Parts: sequence; C-alpha cells; structure tokens
Amino acid sequence: MNLRSRRKVINKVALTLSLAAMLFGLFWLAWILFTVLKLGIGGLSPDLFVKMTPPPGTGDGGLANAIVGSAMMVGLGTLIGSPVGVLVGVYLAEYGIKTPLGRVTRYVNDLLLSAPSIVIGLFVYALVVAHTGQFSGWSGVLALALIVVPVVVRTTENMLMLVPNSLREAAFALGAPKRVVIMSIAMRAAKSGVATGILLAIARIAGETAPLLFTALSNQFWSTNLNQPLANLPVTIFRFAMSPFTEWQQLAWAGVLLITLGVLTLNIVARVFLQPDKQH
Amino acid sequence: MTQLASQIEFRNFNFYYGKFHALKNINLSLARRHVTAFIGPSGCGKSTLLRTINRMFDLYPEQRAEGELLLEGDNILKTDIDLSALRAKVGMVFQKPTPFPMSIYDNIAFGVNLHESLSKAEMDERVEWALRKAALWDEVKDKLHKSGMSLSGGQQQRLCIARGVAVKPDVLLLDEPTSALDPISTMRIEELIDELKEEFTIVIVTHNMQQAARISDFTAYMYLGELVEFGDTDKIFVKPKRKETEDYITGRFG
Repeated sequence: MNLRSRRKVINKVALTLSLAAMLFGLFWLAWILFTVLKLGIGGLSPDLFVKMTPPPGTGDGGLANAIVGSAMMVGLGTLIGSPVGVLVGVYLAEYGIKTPLGRVTRYVNDLLLSAPSIVIGLFVYALVVAHTGQFSGWSGVLALALIVVPVVVRTTENMLMLVPNSLREAAFALGAPKRVVIMSIAMRAAKSGVATGILLAIARIAGETAPLLFTALSNQFWSTNLNQPLANLPVTIFRFAMSPFTEWQQLAWAGVLLITLGVLTLNIVARVFLQPDKQH
Repeated sequence: MTQLASQIEFRNFNFYYGKFHALKNINLSLARRHVTAFIGPSGCGKSTLLRTINRMFDLYPEQRAEGELLLEGDNILKTDIDLSALRAKVGMVFQKPTPFPMSIYDNIAFGVNLHESLSKAEMDERVEWALRKAALWDEVKDKLHKSGMSLSGGQQQRLCIARGVAVKPDVLLLDEPTSALDPISTMRIEELIDELKEEFTIVIVTHNMQQAARISDFTAYMYLGELVEFGDTDKIFVKPKRKETEDYITGRFG
C-alpha cells in the first residue's frame, strides 16, 4: 500500500471512530432529554408556578416555593461567588503567573474544582448549620457560592491567558497604568469568555442537590426567609422522586424538566449571544 | 550628522535578560525628526534596543538596563521618572497590528484619554487629525464606530500608527511594522513614515534591507548585541566601512 492510500485508510478509521464517539454521547443525551420530556411534560401547568408543594396524597399542588427558593439561592450564590472568582482569575492571569502564591492558588483552585459537591455541603454544614443550629437559605447560598468560585476562577484565568500579550504591551506603550490595561483592554477582550464561564457556573449549581441537602434542606411552605430552611428544586425533586405518591413523582419529573430546560437555555445563551467578537 | 539636533542618546548602554548580556556598551545618538533604522540578523538585539527607549522592559522584572539613555538630555533610566509621561512622549507600533477590542474611534481616544481630558468636539477633532496623519481617514470616516478588528491588516497597522500619533509624542518607535503586511500595505506605510518624519523622530527596526535603504536617513547595523556600524544610510549601503556590515547588507549571511 503506498503512502497516499494508507493515509486515506487511517483518515477513514479515525473519522469513523470519532463519529462513533459522538453518536454514543448524543444517544444518551437524546434518551435523557426524551425521558425527561415524556415524564415531565404531564406535570407542566400554570399550577406548577403558583401553587406550593402539596402534602402527600393531594393532587393539588405545584413547585412555586421550590422554584423561588432555588432562584434566590442560585442567584445569590452566583452574585457572591462570581466577583470573587473573577478577581482571583484576574490575579492568577495578570499578577501571579510565575509567583509561588499564584502557583499555590492555582493548585488549590484545581482541588476545589474537583471536590465532590457533597464535601462542600458537609463543610458548610459543619461551619454554619452546626453552629447556628438551624438549616438555612444563607448556608445554601454559601455552599453554592463555594462551587461557583473555582469554576469562574478557572474560566476567567483561561480567557485572560488567551488575550495576546502584544495587546497588553500596546496599551502599556501608550502610557496606560496596569489597572487600565487589565480593566479596559484585557478584560474587555476576554469579557464574553468570562461571562460564558459565569453562565456555565450557574448551570452547574442549578442542579446541585448534595450541598443543599445539608444546608438549605427544604421547606414545604412558602418562604423567602433566608434564615430559615428554604425550599428548592433539587432537594424537592430528591424527596418527591423517592416517595411512593404518584402526585409527588409527577411533580419531581416536572421539576427535573424545569431544571433541564433552564440549563439548556443557559448553555444556548452562552453559545449564541456571548461568542467572542467576530470580524464584522 | 553631528550638526543635527540629537533627540535620543545611548551612553555606555548595556542591557541584560537575567544573566544574558544582550546589548554591549552601546553608544549611539539619534537625530531629531529623522528616520533611523536598526538592522541586523535575528537575535542581534535591535528590537531589544528599540524597546528600551520607552522602557517596555520594565514590564519584565528579569530585564534591566545599565548606563545612560538620554531623551532630550534627561536620563530616562532613572528610577523615579514618570513612565506614563515617558510613553506619552515615545509612541510605539508593533510587528503585528494590535487594534484594541473597541471601535476605531475609541482605539484612538483610549491613548488620548490617558493623558489629556478633551471635550467631545476636541476629541472628534483629534481623532480625525490622527487618522489623517496615518492616511486612514478617507477609508474609515464613515465607520468610526465599527470595531477596529474589522479592518484589514494594513488598515489595522495604520490605525495603530494613528493611535500612537494621537497622543502627540515626539518619538515613534516602529518594531518591524510591515513584516506582517502585503507589499501594497507596506508601501503605504513607508510613504506614511516619510511624511511623519516631518514631525516625529522615527526609529524603525526592520529585517528588510531594501526598506531600510528606502526610508531611513541613518542606519545602525547590529550584530550579537554590539553596534557594529552607524552612519548615513546612503553611506552604509553604498560604501560600508566595516566588512561585517557589507557581508550582511549584500546578503552574504543573515
């Protein structure tokens, strides 16, 4: 076999393998989406958004308190975690590249990134819940923020590292001080990537159950008090899906569908609206 | 050339990358409102020398300079000088075009805003002035608020020249400004350099021998961190004093 036809064969084999890998992934994804849609769509109704989680055995209820509780905790967790993550990412990319402190920070961040979320949940439980003697929304917010931080640190650092150094030098050459170079040039060039990182962090915490199980717990009543246990979608889904009541199981699937659609939407938004500046 | 007013002067100038002695005892005087070209093979130190004039090396802690580097008689190697003010006086254009991720207008206004506070009308005027100086105005006047990244490579490089000019520096440093451009864009930039030297002292690093011969008044030939020969471009290219210079410009090595 000559070189040319051998390359063609290798090309075919590699292409087939990568296509197979893609189909393997897509198959499960499609199956999950299909199942979630099939089982969840029956529970979708206006009641879902306005009625509280019902007591067992009654058909009349929704997920309003869980939706609001989740939105509050995810929102606040992101609001607290993202600025910290962005600042650390800026430090790593712009100041601490070769410094010992930078190296240690990067390593610790990698550890935090791969820490199982149940560890974070137990940590916050020991730190806050055990001391206050009370499950609370705030402890849930803290746990979610702790998950957001390493994700945002990593994406912010990576996005800033992609900004060519020549761009920074060009700004310095005009007499710009370092803070202006970082804020007006480097961050501006990296902003869509940083925003994507934050959206992906939101998507990540939207479905986290373990950290909330030990912190916010759940609440079957309407509450927006962050000092009290707070209803939220993941824990409600966990409880309802494990229950023997069909009404609860139906609500659990509806909740799963809501989270899935939310995460899907976030990912699509991140992809479509926040692409890096194209040549236009 | 001694009667020409000197703008920049290197005296017993040495430069180090960590322990590596990159520039060795440079003594050189650059004339005001003329074009000086630094030529020499890769790694000879010509870009390094250029980047000392606006103290770009301050960004990198392992790099340091010794000796004296005078800009209009002031030693700019002193530790207490205002770097921002120095870089307002000494503009720089890089090898690859580096438009900022903002509009054409804001690309120009960015540098000006660092050093002056102008009204909107004054800024409009300054932007137009700078773009005209860079021979770019006619091409971009209807799309000032489009992204600077949307321009062609040659236009982007002229935008970078306009950005440097807008701050009204005395000196313009050009680090191989045309090596990433096509011949037509290169020609436009060369014509531009010829016009700009009426107002600015220009120092250019180039790998292109013909370019140095075409556009510069003086040429410095460097090799292995040393200044081998410096003089009128006409003389350097027609009758170099040193054998090494002749070998390089006739293409016998490098």
